[in-house]
Amino acid sequence: MKITGAELIIRALISEGVDCVFGYPGGAVLNIYDELYKFSAQIKHIATCHEQGAVHAADGYARVSGKVGVVIATSGPGATNLVTGIANAYLDSVPLVAITGNVACPFIGKDSFQEVDITGVTMPITKHNYIVKDVNRLGDVIHQAFAIARSGRPGPVLIDIPKDVQQCECEYVEYIHQPAPVATNGRSTLRKAAEQINDCKRPYIYIGGGVIKSNATEELLEFADRIDAPIGSSMMGLAAVPHDHPRFLGMTGMHGKYAASQILAESDLLIAIGTRFSDRATGNKTEFTKGKKVIHIDIDPSEIGKNIPAYVALLGDVKTVLQQLLAGVKQRNRPSWRQAVQAIKDSSDNRLEMPPDQLNPETVIKAVRRHASDDTVVCTDVGQHQMWTAQYYDFSRPRTFITSGGLGAMGFGMGAAIGACFGTGGRKTILFTSDGSFHMNMNELATAVSNQLPLVIVLLNNNALGMVRQWQAMFFEQRYSNTSLARRTDYVRLAEAMGAVGFKVDTLSQLEPALAKAFAETGPVLIEVTIDQDAKVLPMIPPNGTIHDIILKA
Amino acid sequence: MDNDEFVISMLVNNEAGVLTRVSGLFARRDFNIDSLSVGVTEQPGLSRITITAHGDDYLKDQIIKQLAKLQDVKVVKPMPFNNSVMRELLLIKVQADRDTRSALLEAASVFRAKVVDLKSDSIILEITGERSKCEAFIEYLRPYGIVELCRTGLTSISRGLKPLKDSKSFVEENSAKE
Ligand SMILES: Cc1ncc(C[n+]2csc(CCOP(=O)(O)OP(=O)(O)O)c2C)c(N)n1
Ligand SMILES: [Mg+2]
Repeated sequence: MKITGAELIIRALISEGVDCVFGYPGGAVLNIYDELYKFSAQIKHIATCHEQGAVHAADGYARVSGKVGVVIATSGPGATNLVTGIANAYLDSVPLVAITGNVACPFIGKDSFQEVDITGVTMPITKHNYIVKDVNRLGDVIHQAFAIARSGRPGPVLIDIPKDVQQCECEYVEYIHQPAPVATNGRSTLRKAAEQINDCKRPYIYIGGGVIKSNATEELLEFADRIDAPIGSSMMGLAAVPHDHPRFLGMTGMHGKYAASQILAESDLLIAIGTRFSDRATGNKTEFTKGKKVIHIDIDPSEIGKNIPAYVALLGDVKTVLQQLLAGVKQRNRPSWRQAVQAIKDSSDNRLEMPPDQLNPETVIKAVRRHASDDTVVCTDVGQHQMWTAQYYDFSRPRTFITSGGLGAMGFGMGAAIGACFGTGGRKTILFTSDGSFHMNMNELATAVSNQLPLVIVLLNNNALGMVRQWQAMFFEQRYSNTSLARRTDYVRLAEAMGAVGFKVDTLSQLEPALAKAFAETGPVLIEVTIDQDAKVLPMIPPNGTIHDIILKA
Repeated sequence: MDNDEFVISMLVNNEAGVLTRVSGLFARRDFNIDSLSVGVTEQPGLSRITITAHGDDYLKDQIIKQLAKLQDVKVVKPMPFNNSVMRELLLIKVQADRDTRSALLEAASVFRAKVVDLKSDSIILEITGERSKCEAFIEYLRPYGIVELCRTGLTSISRGLKPLKDSKSFVEENSAKE
């Protein structure tokens, strides 16, 4: 059967199991959008307000569902608007396929209208990218792109398809999937790891986002019970372990829990699982592993030894490696280590609480949690509110915390929350944001309204680029350069003007009624909550510092 | 030759942009390389790239692992100095007049260089060899007045029957390790 390149794209997407894509039309993708029109029963297309919103939505969709997110954009400005979102997916290892149109092949290289070398631009921020100049290769390329995006350490792949290639006719052959080779571990390496674990005195399990991507919570908890070890988490690993699990210490690192970092420092064996030792999580890298051995489990061989030297490295999918390890590690009972851990957990330094009778980030986040259920997805933007969410929100299930980790991209939240709504089949979704980040992509509120998404936006308004302001307060003698922006935005009227519902909360007593009404809505709601401009994220371990440098009080 | 020098060979898909992917990786990961050579191979779709760099085991390990992640890189291996043939080609143009010409020709024969061009005021010599040989030759010629020189960068092939394409990938090798 002869079909056009554009139709082939849609058929290939359908055969990859795609039923929802995000994007924005334009001249170089007109043919693809024509096919989307014809295939609208099989594939739903969500048109956002801006391509950045679309790519963040595809990212959020992928994170909550575990499927590959798909975004489509036109050539030139459409393609360049994807760049931040692609980089974001790259740094957080999110499986994503971005499809861009380009000018027709004869026009390439002539600086034609809306021509940009997007494969050149995205080379350093994709796992791989393609420009397809021969329609007969198109099918293979699309299926390869999906295979690359989801295999090994997941990540984004971009396919640039010139307009004439979309129009050409070709034969479509159904594709047969071939599983990619996965690294496995020799018996002696596994034995060496098991020996270290069996023989150590103070083991510490340090998890990252890999545990969530590999759906390995069950194996992880069995492993922790078996070896009798506490669990700390990077920000990307949050929600992999329920907040109230007795072994869970919370987040480590720059704004992590005191106990999570202190106990890590006292351990003699660090078992790092699905994590890449980001500088935000480790602080000073030499001090981080002083006095301990490291067992590093990861699917990406290049992460082994990149930031932290590993005594034993175990390669592969976290779930599989944990199953292999479980076969070799002995049941252990370490009462003195457990006691030491408990003492640190109970210490006052580990209990930094904000006053419960005030309207502050902690009381707001805890109140929101009471209205949510265990499977409610929580998205954030970037800044103080993001850290407060990581610290104070009680996560119970994997894939319920969606945040921009590696890139730290303000503006991620609105797009991601939209994607999350679709990725969960319309479950209630919460976005914690603040004035700075919200202004970056607040246009996407219109997308949420068009689609009547069950989205509750909680805007912690500190009238500041709070996180930067905090650094200015702590490290720049309170010279607040360009961080108190004095916006006059009336968020309630803004929400209403865009077709959403808006509430403003200035006192603690207004909080509950507003939340009750907000959670009763079926469509998008924005709640602006006024908080103190000087509120700080604490504790804080300054960049490149250690637990000894931890700042507990403002 | 510095003792922290190493040589890495790889087979890559012969596609547009592959060299950009490889050199872009070096730039963004801050891997300094000393030379890079590239050319087609006996297999139609594959080119071979050889790079030399110097640094510690950490750098070497990261270069290999990061290169192995590029989809277009099919095989990447360090080339052992004691079991590989390594060669580089040097073309060097030197000032030469009646007084110096015979000394230059003598030097060429001692170094087993070829004379590829001779003019009344200049001579071009070609030499193939390991890096140290090329360097020694350059040093020897320096006093005569080097006009310009160009080098291809090192290329390398292992001794014995087994070709690079039959090397195990990182994943396979790790799985087999006992
Ligand atoms: C796109 C982008 N630009 C700049 C920054 C630097 N930055 C990090 S946090 C922050 C302030 C965020 O302000 P806001 O969204 O109001 O959050 P708050 O810290 O007040 O909670 C800025 C500017 C960033 N992370 N992303
Ligand atoms: Mg703010």
